[in-house]
Amino acid sequence: MFTRRLIATAAAAGMALTLAACGGGAATPAATGGPAGGDGIKIGIKFDQPGLGLREGDSYTGFDVEVAKFVAKELGHEEGDIEWIESPSAQRETLIETDQVDLIFATYSITDKRKERVSFAGPYFIAGQGLLVRADDSSITGQDTLGGKKLCSVTGSTPAQKIKDAYPDVELQEFGTYSECLPALLNGTIDAVTTDDTILAGFAAQSQYAGKLKLVGEPFTTENYGVGLKKGDTALCEQVNAAITKMVSEGAWEAAIEKTLGAADYTAGPGNPPTPAACS
Amino acid sequence: MLDILTRYDILGAFWMTIQLSFWAALGSLALGTILAIMRVSPVAVLQKLGALYVNVARNTPLTLILVFCVLGAFYILQLSLAPASAPLRTQIFLWAIVGLSLYHAAFVCEALRSGVNTVPVGQAEAARAIGLTFTQSLSQVILPQAFRGAIAPLGSVLIALIKNTTVASIIGSQEASAMMKTIVENETGSLLVFFIFALGFVILTLPIGVGFTEMSRRLAVKR
Amino acid sequence: MSAQAVLFDAPGPKARRRHAILTVLGLLLAAGIFGAFIWRLYETAQLEPQLWTPFLEGQTWTQYLLPGLWRTLQAALVSVVFAIVFGLIFGMGRLSQARPLRWACGVIVEFFRSVPVLLMMTFLFFFMARNFGMPGQTASFWAVIVGLTLYNGSVIAELVRSGVHQLPKGQREAGLAIGLTSAKTLRSIELPQALTAMLPALMSQLVVILKDSALGTAITYPELIAAARQLGSRHGNVIAAYIVVGIIFVLINWLLTVAAGRVERFINRRGHTAAPAKTAASTLVQGGGAPGEFGANIADAVEEEVDDWRDRNQRGRRVADE
Repeated sequence: MFTRRLIATAAAAGMALTLAACGGGAATPAATGGPAGGDGIKIGIKFDQPGLGLREGDSYTGFDVEVAKFVAKELGHEEGDIEWIESPSAQRETLIETDQVDLIFATYSITDKRKERVSFAGPYFIAGQGLLVRADDSSITGQDTLGGKKLCSVTGSTPAQKIKDAYPDVELQEFGTYSECLPALLNGTIDAVTTDDTILAGFAAQSQYAGKLKLVGEPFTTENYGVGLKKGDTALCEQVNAAITKMVSEGAWEAAIEKTLGAADYTAGPGNPPTPAACS
Repeated sequence: MLDILTRYDILGAFWMTIQLSFWAALGSLALGTILAIMRVSPVAVLQKLGALYVNVARNTPLTLILVFCVLGAFYILQLSLAPASAPLRTQIFLWAIVGLSLYHAAFVCEALRSGVNTVPVGQAEAARAIGLTFTQSLSQVILPQAFRGAIAPLGSVLIALIKNTTVASIIGSQEASAMMKTIVENETGSLLVFFIFALGFVILTLPIGVGFTEMSRRLAVKR
Repeated sequence: MSAQAVLFDAPGPKARRRHAILTVLGLLLAAGIFGAFIWRLYETAQLEPQLWTPFLEGQTWTQYLLPGLWRTLQAALVSVVFAIVFGLIFGMGRLSQARPLRWACGVIVEFFRSVPVLLMMTFLFFFMARNFGMPGQTASFWAVIVGLTLYNGSVIAELVRSGVHQLPKGQREAGLAIGLTSAKTLRSIELPQALTAMLPALMSQLVVILKDSALGTAITYPELIAAARQLGSRHGNVIAAYIVVGIIFVLINWLLTVAAGRVERFINRRGHTAAPAKTAASTLVQGGGAPGEFGANIADAVEEEVDDWRDRNQRGRRVADE
């Protein structure tokens, strides 16, 4: 008797908790960001990348966010209708495939491997792997001066892999997030942080780091940031492309760069602003 | 599938797991013994400090302890365990060992205390009766029996330690779970990959479990 | 043996002096380590006020830390419930009369106890996201839940088994004597008592689960540590954020431990079970810590101890009867 009652109670409690979990925060921590009405749009961004996609309490800032807002508006969605969803790198394809998000603007490089699972609109920006060093450090001027230096990047990321392959004499520290690299960089125990120059500029532009960090050298890879969307949705892709083209021609693109990354003295690399590629 | 096994150095990753486990086991045994002595010592302050350490270390997630060690202690506070010229890989390895030792020492301490509890009061009374001091009775009478009584719990701390080395992947240590993550991310997320790694851990931990049970039986102080 | 008091004599004048010296040395050492730590933090500019003032803002708590804490608790609570169900089923399976069932349950329990939780979570995350087409957030949530459930459920199954073994034999015999089947005896006589005795150990297991849910960060489950990370990205104070989160963890787990101790004393005083409620067992459970471990060997050792004690008891009783 006792046991049966206990099991029943436990099972009921389990159900309740699970339901609570599903209905509540577990599904989408960002769900509070805006009312998810019938004409809402779900957009995936990074939540922890200053200058690109950063959650600041209940508002969102960064270049990716600016582009996303512009595109959403062109698609007929007001800013309040956007539901922002965190899209960590490891989850982006799955988020699209399972309709958790409609569009992803999250430093999402267009690659052939990713094209097998999702489609891309854009590119809306061309970034490249760069190096972030202390403002007073003149020993690193570009990728040729990395010999014997200590670099920091994120575990399992493409830039980390690139460094390992191309510069075997560089020592690489991998952390879970770039913001863990920064205190070590400021401290002098790490010589440079490497990843897409946009991400680096985003950190350098943060008020906390103003004047303490600088970007050096030419970008040594080409990352075409695209807008991730459901594979094969050409119609949506073309709408997004039109919006991006309009954003560039109206000058809103330039303004967004200045607004979000300007404080880092960042100038967009060659090829920017890009012309969106044809949808397929 | 086979080519994955040849392209990735899985045995090397498990070798890292074993090395981490071995050194951290020694470290936590040493620190844990000191803590246990502090906790049974006659000096109230030492008892309290020991208890404070155990409560803090035991209740903090290992993830945080390891991040504090590498990011906090090594990079920010610039405490060095090896000459600055040593490669980063070595530094991380050493700090991972320190972090694992700091965390598991709390559990070793508790295991030893439970071992002390298996020693009958008469033993301590007898030791005092023949005039042994605290240090003498502890080192000659109590601790030798306590270690033997604590073998079983110490064994499970060791097993936990081996499994916990996987957390070191969070600070960039290239051990077994980091390797599995790489394979699952880049190649295939099949059950087989998981079972290979799971089996690796079963092979590492099962003999230890059996061995420690056997040892605790054989070494148990017959009363 | 209650360690204190019997290990040493009441200190004489010399010993008292020695103790005083040790007290001072101990305090100096502790203060020294703590002071050096703070000093290094200061020197390396980690105590700058702008790194710490964000924690005085309401938004830091309402938007980052509290939601993160809630998801940590959510993962822990859901998994502890599932783990109890899993533990009861497999614990009873291991106590079953049917050898194949006992054996199968044994293999499953042993397997999940020897595989690291992080390994399970990582695999489950990718596996569920790819093969079941689960959305990332849902996949990470369930990977955490399933990983924690399988591991802790196995630990609880072991607790159930040893808890039942710890009961005096007479309980089972009495059940059989009044004509209950073996399974009925287990369900209505042995288990209720074993579970009551297990309660403190179960609560301590919650500490383990709570700490282990932190492993969810590695598979993008947005729990407390992940929240600290986001906060750190926003204010450039990742270390301060980790320290605050660490303190939160220690406080909650410490409260749980204290509560477990209370419950243990309460149960022992009330005497609703023939078995002694022990957190001794639970300290061992925690001995496992994060992906903790309550080794079969411990269960066996406890069992052995109990068997011995039971034998002695019975012998004693028989002697008394004669």
